[in-house]
Amino acid sequence: MMDKAMTVDVATLIDRLGLVPVNRVYNKRISGVFVSDMVSDVMNGAAPANLWVTVQTHKNIIAAANLVDVSAIIITRGKSVPKETLEIADRAEMTLFTTSLETYPLAVKLCQANIGVD
Amino acid sequence: MPDPNGEILLCTDYEVRGGDFNRAGEVSTDIKTRLKTIGFDVELVRRVAIASFEAEMNVIMYAKEASVRLEVSPEKIQVVYRDEGPGIPDIDLAMQEGYSTATPEMRRLGFGAGMGLPTMKQNATRIEIDSEVERGTVVGLFFMTSE
Repeated sequence: MMDKAMTVDVATLIDRLGLVPVNRVYNKRISGVFVSDMVSDVMNGAAPANLWVTVQTHKNIIAAANLVDVSAIIITRGKSVPKETLEIADRAEMTLFTTSLETYPLAVKLCQANIGVD
Repeated sequence: MPDPNGEILLCTDYEVRGGDFNRAGEVSTDIKTRLKTIGFDVELVRRVAIASFEAEMNVIMYAKEASVRLEVSPEKIQVVYRDEGPGIPDIDLAMQEGYSTATPEMRRLGFGAGMGLPTMKQNATRIEIDSEVERGTVVGLFFMTSE
């Protein structure tokens, strides 16, 4: 049983889940996970330090995520991230991950790795 | 901590161009940065940033262009979006959660949940909307810093 009190951060996603960042790693603390593909949902519902899971890849997700202090974003469904989004993500010091998994299986993996279950 | 003498700490003007998704969020991000620098409460800054972003997106999605004025005093933060655009025919309808006039293209990007105006209302101390069809809309977002 993993120690829930251990700090979860962006590096944890790489170490514990083998997720591959598609831009530079900005090792922010992660607390909680928010799943949505609607930008307004994130504005309303994401908490500071949340990990955001989405299929959206357009550059506006970075500004939205930054405004509510999301720590990192996992893009699911094997979507490829446009270069512009990556550039803006680096400027905003926001780590982006992609996975070929659909959102639900990815969420299950996060739970199993004790991420976002505090 | 802001100086409690009641004077204007900051007054900044911005421009937002309709359809300019490339720069979406820039104004709200700058507002957030400035408020953080002044030293306002983190939660308050977050509320201003969220409300401002929704207003900014509304301009980008629906209007021709807008001027934005941020006015900050120790007691109050004011963000006013004044746009040239189609206007809102029925403000009560527009305030309804889920009501949206977003195009299919915008919805594909995750916009158009119909939560913009309700979110602004929820986060601001007070919101004032004034609109004229085929002319434009003024959205005033007011925040008391003591809240």
